[in-house]
Amino acid sequence: MSEAIFKEYTEKLPGKLLEEVRDNLPTKVTDAKLKKILAAVEEEYLNTVVDPGESVGLVCAESIGEPGTQMTLNTFHFAGVSEMNVTTGLPRLIEILDARKTIKSPMMEVYLKEPFSQGEGIKVIAEKVKETKFNEYIKEVTIDVVESTMSIQLDEDKMAVVEMKTDRLIKILAKSLKGFSLKKIDETTLEVKSTSKEEPLKDVYRVREKIKGIYINGVRGVTQVLPVKRGDEYLIITAGTNLKAILKMEEVDTTRTVSNNLYEIGEVLGIEAVREQIIREVIKVLEAQGIGIDIRHILLVADTMTMSGHVQGISRYGIVKTKPSVLARASFETPLRHIFNASIIGEEDQLNSVIENVMLNQPVPLGTGLPGLITKVKK
Amino acid sequence: MMSDNQHPVHSYISRLQFSFMSPKMVKDLAKAKIVTPELYDKEGYPVDGGLMDIRLGVIDPGLRCKTDGQRIKDSLGHFGYIELARPVIHIMFVRLVLDLLRCTCCSCGRILIPQGQIKGFTDEIEKIGSTLGANEQRARISEIMADLRTISKCPHCEAKQKKITIEKPTTYLEDERRISPIETRTRLERIPDEDLALFGINPSAMRPEWAVLTVLPIPPVTMRPSITLESGERSEDDLTHKLGDIVRINQRLFENINAGAPEIIIEDLWDLLQYHVTTFFDNDVSQLPPARHRSGQPLKTISGRIKSKEGRIRHNLAGKRTNFSARTVISPDPGLDINEVGVPKVMAMKLTVPERVTEWNMAYLKDFIKNGSAEYPGANYIIRPDGKRKRITDETKEALLEEIEPGFLIERHLLDGDVALFNRQPSLHRMSMMCHKVRVLPGLTLRLNPAVCTPYNADFDGDEMNLHIPQTEEARAEAEILLQVQTQIVSPRYGLSIIGCNQDAITGNYILTKYLKLPRNKAIDLLSSVGIEDFSRLPNKDVLTGHEIFSMALPKDFNFKSKPRSDKPEHIEAAVEIKNGMLLKGILDKNNLGSGKGLLLRTIHKQYGADRTVTILGHIYKLGINSLLRYGFTMYLSDTDLEPEAKEAIENLLGDAKATVQDLISKYRDGTLEQLPGRSLEETLELRILEKLNETRNDAGNAVLNQGKDQSGLMVMVNSGARGSNIQVAQMGGIVGQQALRGGRIEKGYTERTLSCFKRGDLGGAARGFIGNSFKTGLKPHEMYFMAMTGRDSMMDTALRTPKSGYLYRRLANALQDLKVEYDETTRDAAGKIVQYSYGEDKLDVSRSEGGKINVKAIIDANV
Repeated sequence: MSEAIFKEYTEKLPGKLLEEVRDNLPTKVTDAKLKKILAAVEEEYLNTVVDPGESVGLVCAESIGEPGTQMTLNTFHFAGVSEMNVTTGLPRLIEILDARKTIKSPMMEVYLKEPFSQGEGIKVIAEKVKETKFNEYIKEVTIDVVESTMSIQLDEDKMAVVEMKTDRLIKILAKSLKGFSLKKIDETTLEVKSTSKEEPLKDVYRVREKIKGIYINGVRGVTQVLPVKRGDEYLIITAGTNLKAILKMEEVDTTRTVSNNLYEIGEVLGIEAVREQIIREVIKVLEAQGIGIDIRHILLVADTMTMSGHVQGISRYGIVKTKPSVLARASFETPLRHIFNASIIGEEDQLNSVIENVMLNQPVPLGTGLPGLITKVKK
Repeated sequence: MMSDNQHPVHSYISRLQFSFMSPKMVKDLAKAKIVTPELYDKEGYPVDGGLMDIRLGVIDPGLRCKTDGQRIKDSLGHFGYIELARPVIHIMFVRLVLDLLRCTCCSCGRILIPQGQIKGFTDEIEKIGSTLGANEQRARISEIMADLRTISKCPHCEAKQKKITIEKPTTYLEDERRISPIETRTRLERIPDEDLALFGINPSAMRPEWAVLTVLPIPPVTMRPSITLESGERSEDDLTHKLGDIVRINQRLFENINAGAPEIIIEDLWDLLQYHVTTFFDNDVSQLPPARHRSGQPLKTISGRIKSKEGRIRHNLAGKRTNFSARTVISPDPGLDINEVGVPKVMAMKLTVPERVTEWNMAYLKDFIKNGSAEYPGANYIIRPDGKRKRITDETKEALLEEIEPGFLIERHLLDGDVALFNRQPSLHRMSMMCHKVRVLPGLTLRLNPAVCTPYNADFDGDEMNLHIPQTEEARAEAEILLQVQTQIVSPRYGLSIIGCNQDAITGNYILTKYLKLPRNKAIDLLSSVGIEDFSRLPNKDVLTGHEIFSMALPKDFNFKSKPRSDKPEHIEAAVEIKNGMLLKGILDKNNLGSGKGLLLRTIHKQYGADRTVTILGHIYKLGINSLLRYGFTMYLSDTDLEPEAKEAIENLLGDAKATVQDLISKYRDGTLEQLPGRSLEETLELRILEKLNETRNDAGNAVLNQGKDQSGLMVMVNSGARGSNIQVAQMGGIVGQQALRGGRIEKGYTERTLSCFKRGDLGGAARGFIGNSFKTGLKPHEMYFMAMTGRDSMMDTALRTPKSGYLYRRLANALQDLKVEYDETTRDAAGKIVQYSYGEDKLDVSRSEGGKINVKAIIDANV
């Protein structure tokens, strides 16, 4: 019976609010009481709903802008032993809202499927995720000046961890070492020799540094990995991002793994995911600073940034650029460019937004300026 | 007829269109042709055909404009023009002209796209323009143009196309040969209107050849007034200077051409003319030396006047100035109501409120006139129905009293109860400008209740604030209904009250509800000093507890229960319970009364509304202060003294810390230190040491705090949350602790050491910024030095942060200012595009919610 009463309100009240009522209801409640409660909740809800014309955008800007002065500027921050250095505070907030393409500390949180999320082989997975250069497999390099060869002692321990075989290493190396021959002396020793006739020794010396930087395995772009335990599961935090490649790995839980690079998310997961990630990242920054801002303000910024279908930053290249009014654009930055471009195409300004009406000393179409009264005035 | 500020508005500007002035338009618009660089004749009268020609408007009092016959201020001014001897390129369109030259045929003027494809492209661009907007359109056009550049044969007339380059700033070259502006212009003239759409040019707004100027409009004199110096000398505006240069060179060029001078001389003059015209428009062109005054300071020409923060747009158009405003130092006055502002009498006699004379208030208003402008409360001006403004002086007083009749406006002095807008910069949120009721007070500062310091972010170390007096009924109504302090109690940032008790008000209520018991007569004295006069609810006892006294400030049917902050006994004791307006248990501290915290004030606000909350808050605030007044409150230096046990405990802690750190270091040196995952050995050591030292600081702090000195002034302030923190107490009495720089211990300084008083490689606590002394015992020299390092670091941080966050705020405000909730409950931007289908997903207004939510529990409790 009570379900029927709830149903009556599904159109009138937001689902979350109804859920809350359901959760907080005493175990025994008569239908009459429930009706009374829901009626009271509805009344309260209607009293709390925003008024038409409310300038929610400006309130949002104020709510985020005002505590900006209280945030720290310290780029790097140490949060205990097991976390990495992350950009936080104001610089990170600016980064997010600007929708920067390159961010200062790109990171991923790689969630894992069972049983890996319980810590099984977590170190091996972490090694697999990390971008590895040949450098890390080398124990020692010696150059034979007489023979013009370079012999490389491989690091067995390291190879054992990721199950790397010497033959495979040679294959990978050969691809990027044109003009050199590679020979396997034994399981842990390689010999590199130049195939050119002239000055083979010089070539060997030159290749000594180059060979160290050759990409062997792992996910490109991931420079650092850190397995951590969060709650009762293990996950891997990485410095450097490559969401596309990470999501292809079979151990990875693709439903929760995220990167903090908005553009990457946009490419791999789409614009809705970007919106969600903007919200999460902003909340993360604000919480770390102990600043309370209502979620609705953050939602509004995220929605504004993503409404066009691609990410637009809060800058003269992003949202401001797409404003319909010439004067609104001109009042922000680079006024001359906007005015001249407008004159070329004969652009019309419909004076629909705030700033141009301020300029012309007219009421702004917000709040009390929104409703108009039309009446005949006696001459 | 209405007076000057009471015009009914019949019409608004509904749209603006931008376009480019054609040479014909320039000539039609012009009222005079300027032919001579001379400004004034011997008598100082503007020369006809000169730049100050009185047909262009007047700036001298006494002269009349020849065009409209008006005097200075009434004449808006008129444009003139000059005929350029040779055409010059308009600097702002250099890029556009270059693109046009490159993408059209040099002989037939058609765009370098075969006839068959033109329509396809035009349609595409039009479609992009109408669906995605001008930006996308511009992007697509430049893509198309990039492709056209490389075409070497005209698809229309088969003419060979040469490569066109630009020699900055204004010279076009075709295979090293210069294209003169004349030739440029003829080429641009050849481009047919139909092809222009492909370049994003609207032929009705601009023909490309207009970008090569043949006539130059001369702005009106009123736009570039000269100023007369003290010496009687005239100093001309920068624009006049620049125009003088242009006219002078132009005349010389004319003369030389007419005299048949050699081509080189003409070319030189032509280039010079180009330079002057260019710098007239923009004096910041990167390839040109800016035109300067004789003093060497660059001229501020047209673009300089428009752009930047001090330019026309941001300074004059988007920023407004106002009359009827005042500014001075602020000081606190807890005797005022929260929504009042104390205005000095001198200000009240300058700031006025216009009141319309009617039959009914005539006598009332005449009293003000009788007092005149020098006596309070008087009036300064009367405004006749025809808009004429007359000052009230002792001489005119009598005549004005006679003259007055319904319809007149009297600008009377500010009175108690008038509405005023009160503001403190930086105005970061809407609570930075609130409406207060005026209270005219003696003294010379603006006074405010200290409870509203939080929303303004004000203190009294010399802060100044601004006061504005609304002048129309609409403005007053809006201020009173929407901006008054009580309407702003709940912050729209997080839905909790931003106005609350602070400082002594918190300490006072804390002491009142924790320690005080008063005899009945004293309790009544205290309550009535606060303004509470209803004692019917006061229990009939000889000695009253603080709880009972405090309860008198609450409404009699108020129920409230706060959640304890934790399970600690002192927190459970402090949890507040109010039933039927009586405080049953708990201690009133910052968590209940403070701003931005606790739900007590928020609940009162919800139940009893804004006006009642202001009264209750006012009572509670004064109750706190007056309790302190009676109880006496101070902080002694001895509050930071240590008991012998605490002293010993701290010494032990320091010794232990030193030993542990030494142990860690020797382990590190031996290589027996266990490495933390994902860390190098050095990092591990640093982290472990830091951990130990912070632990020491905390333990030492606890030793100081747990001395049983809870009744000392210092601890009362800290525990009530009024001022100071546990850490600060620990730093004063115990030890200051580790100084952190960039998230770690201090490492900077000399080679392998921070200061020369330490051994090289010393990794111990003291050598890396650990301060083992307290502020009271005093710091050792090296400790002071470390403190100064972190002090400077945090100062730099603040100094760099302010402009950064200011810019972020400006961008946010600019990007979001047009968003509003529509009548259909969607959130939309200025173009009407939907940003959110329902605001914040549930349409809740944060400033009406309780912490961003609807308190479902309370509703259920109330209805079960």
